[in-house]
Amino acid sequence: MSTASATRESARALARDRRRQAWSRNWRTFRSHRSGLIGLAILTGFAVVAVLAPLIAPAEGLEVTKATGGVLEPPSSEYWLGTDDKGRSVLTLLIWGARISLFVGLAATVISMVIGTLIGLTSGYFGGWAGAILFRVTEWFLVIPFLPLAIVMATVLGRSLLNIVIVIGVTSWPGTALLIRAQTLTIRERPYLERARVLGAGPSHQIRRHILPNVMPMVFANTTLTVAVAILTETTLSFLGLGDPTRVSWGSMLDDAFSVGAITTGAWWFIVPPGVCVVLVVLSFTLVGQALEEVLNPRLGAGR
Amino acid sequence: MTETGTTTLKARGLSIRFQGRGGPVARAVDGVDLSIATGEIVALVGESGSGKTTLARALLGLEKPAAGEVLLDGQPLERTARGLRSFRRRVQLVLQDPAGALNPRHTVYESVAEGIRLHRLESSDSEGRSEAQLVAAALSSAGLRPPERLFLRYPHELSGGQRQRVLIAGALAMAPQLLVADEPVSSLDASIRGEILALLLNLRETLGLGVLVVTHDLGLAWNIADRIAVMYLGRVVEAGPTEEVLRDPQHPYTRALLSVVPEIDQMEPVVLHGEVPDPTRIPPGCRFHPRCPALADGAAEAAGVADDCRRTALEVLPAGGGHHVSCHLVAARQSSQR
Amino acid sequence: MTHLLELDDVSVTYVTAGGDVPAVRGVSLSVAAGEVVGVAGESGCGKSTVAATILRLQPPSARVTGRVLFEGEDVQTMKWGALRALRWAGASMVFQGALHSLNPVQRVGAQISEPIRLHEPDLSDKKVETRVGELLEQVGLPRQRARAYPHQLSGGQRQRVMIAMALACRPRLIVADEPTTALDVMVQAQVLHVLQGLVSDLDVGLLMISHDLSVLADLCDRIAVMYAGRVVEHGPADKVFADPLHPYAGALSASFPRIGDVAARYAPAGLPGDPPDPAELPSGCSFHPRCPKRFDDCDKVAPELRSDGTSRAAACLLVEPR
Repeated sequence: MSTASATRESARALARDRRRQAWSRNWRTFRSHRSGLIGLAILTGFAVVAVLAPLIAPAEGLEVTKATGGVLEPPSSEYWLGTDDKGRSVLTLLIWGARISLFVGLAATVISMVIGTLIGLTSGYFGGWAGAILFRVTEWFLVIPFLPLAIVMATVLGRSLLNIVIVIGVTSWPGTALLIRAQTLTIRERPYLERARVLGAGPSHQIRRHILPNVMPMVFANTTLTVAVAILTETTLSFLGLGDPTRVSWGSMLDDAFSVGAITTGAWWFIVPPGVCVVLVVLSFTLVGQALEEVLNPRLGAGR
Repeated sequence: MTETGTTTLKARGLSIRFQGRGGPVARAVDGVDLSIATGEIVALVGESGSGKTTLARALLGLEKPAAGEVLLDGQPLERTARGLRSFRRRVQLVLQDPAGALNPRHTVYESVAEGIRLHRLESSDSEGRSEAQLVAAALSSAGLRPPERLFLRYPHELSGGQRQRVLIAGALAMAPQLLVADEPVSSLDASIRGEILALLLNLRETLGLGVLVVTHDLGLAWNIADRIAVMYLGRVVEAGPTEEVLRDPQHPYTRALLSVVPEIDQMEPVVLHGEVPDPTRIPPGCRFHPRCPALADGAAEAAGVADDCRRTALEVLPAGGGHHVSCHLVAARQSSQR
Repeated sequence: MTHLLELDDVSVTYVTAGGDVPAVRGVSLSVAAGEVVGVAGESGCGKSTVAATILRLQPPSARVTGRVLFEGEDVQTMKWGALRALRWAGASMVFQGALHSLNPVQRVGAQISEPIRLHEPDLSDKKVETRVGELLEQVGLPRQRARAYPHQLSGGQRQRVMIAMALACRPRLIVADEPTTALDVMVQAQVLHVLQGLVSDLDVGLLMISHDLSVLADLCDRIAVMYAGRVVEHGPADKVFADPLHPYAGALSASFPRIGDVAARYAPAGLPGDPPDPAELPSGCSFHPRCPKRFDDCDKVAPELRSDGTSRAAACLLVEPR
């Protein structure tokens, strides 16, 4: 019967329509959060700068041998944010640092989210001894002081960009895992899961079709908060000299500034800009995360 | 659908126990025989704590029995993934609480198609119908016409009655032979309730389905059930054809339960004290004896069975036809008449 | 007979962003001391909103017109002090879902005694304790239960504690909103038994709100059946249940089968369709789209509640005064 296939086609189109409606509804709610909107604007700005870095500030500005400025020159019309101890423009460093900081933050978050979601889902859904063991592992990671563990791992793995990403990703998942585990535990008890079981759904179907779609919004909101933490961690590790020595990040800039005594010499332009950037980006991610949480979590929304 | 003749789902000596963490064992279902065949509607009636929902879950293979077994056409239920898979196609569940039994993020179409996709029924359909056609057919059988209009609705956009029909459609999409309906109408408004019950009757008529309705509502049983089984504290205490059990109840518990149904005027209400005891502490002898009005007013004493009531446990009632009562007093009266 | 409670043409409209939503439209009702009056209806018919206006508990977004008179005084316009006195000692409410209305970390005795202590601060501890014990016994619980925490009680026992709390300041009217919903039949019977005893022993008035017409028929003297914000039938309880005038009351009554009635075997009675959305009420009689007896004029004329010449009244064009 051709009418049925037509129905199906139009059904798909309608489903797309409905999804679009849901998105625009969510966007409207998000827009009503002024702080989230500001955060989003700031982040977009940083992202654009990071992506366009090669165009805005040519890469040779990073090379010590091709440095054109003097040592620790204060801001001037030529060097808007002054120069560092090797004569490079701080603005150029800042722009290229945004690339590294954002990349490390996002990549580490992806790793952290994947690990956290997998462990949270399995320990929440399966329960039993496997779930108990995973839960203990999560708790174990949670109580180990985070920074020493990251330092030890960074030292053992060696100083490279990829290692920094791995170190941050592998140490920052327990919070996500606990959150997702809790959410999974409540959804597992919903009647519609029982219904799915009786329809003959195995664990993978139940997780894919019922649990994951219902925990994803939380994962999503949590992601932005994790990015903030990851960027902060990258800064910390780089400041402690554990970052990739071949690349400039905001953390390594702060490290350099500290080691040449920028504070005592009063070269504020070397310290303040990277510091402000870290704060701004972290704050923006947090603001967006909070707004997203309210958009995607109907319970918080109703409480307002 | 019923070309193989009748199909019978049976519980034999079924017991289900729950163990709290280091706590006492709760005997939620404590020895039950029950059967349900295609073409009949059986009501499983009891108060909360009677074990009726646990029994229904066990019949669906969702609980592992501590003793006894579940049989489908005489074959013990296989607990392998494969065995359960073919079992699920024949026995389906309709849950209570429409708001919570549908995934709020799934459209009506997705919810009804779920079973079809899981079992790839589309490829095995004898008439070569597409998935959308199967979904539409299931929705129309559940009385939602025209079905296409509802395909893309979300549960929160439906009325309670419609949600309950979608749940029934989701089960019907599997073309099952038996349905287990757990309180299918308890959360619905009275005027909607009748429509859903009429649908169940209609499905029995047109598709030859067998339905086990789990309920606390004796009026519902009178409305649609051929047979009725009354549960108390993990056991069936009285079972038989609905007319006989409800018009001439024998067990003191059934009599009390019936007497407090508001719309029955001709019976003097017997309000029992207290509530159904905790299944971790099932009384010895007849499990109903601490609350039994017949023991309290001396009727059991007069018949000489009061000691039995307190000490001698009763047999498990047989499944199937006939009116059976699990009570020392009724047994004594019957044997004296003979 | 002077009335304890009198509702005179009460309407409640919720003012929302999407426009005004009429929840209750012109309800008149009265309760005398020692009388049990029932309000029946399905979810969304406005019965709980009516109950809320009696103690002025409706949400701020609700606009109330008409008069709600308690012992001759208008509850909706009375001063705050008078309203407080009314809520304490004049009329009290029993809600459904007693688990959420009780404080989980306080013994039930303390919760029952709270209004007594506030109301009569001079009363000695000993006297308060005695009074709590009496109240518990009145609702069929042993005195010692005062020392229990809510989670140690069963659903039926908690509901009785709620009733005891409602009785604490010796009210003259009790408004019970679905007091037995979610309780088992036997426990429901126990709670209804307690309520019945209170009315005859203490001579209080009881306004009972329920979706279950059969329960009301058993307990009440008079019943008002509501549909889409209006009273569509009003009369003596047994008459309304056994021989309803309005087609909706008839359908509602039929959906509670009489066990033993051969006509109800394999014939569950229901109504097609769903109750109307209060924001988009049908024209004419709100019930006409679902009415099995509708005829030409039903979608044009909105019938008033009118007497059939006896103690009964119905809002249906088919009901003629005798």
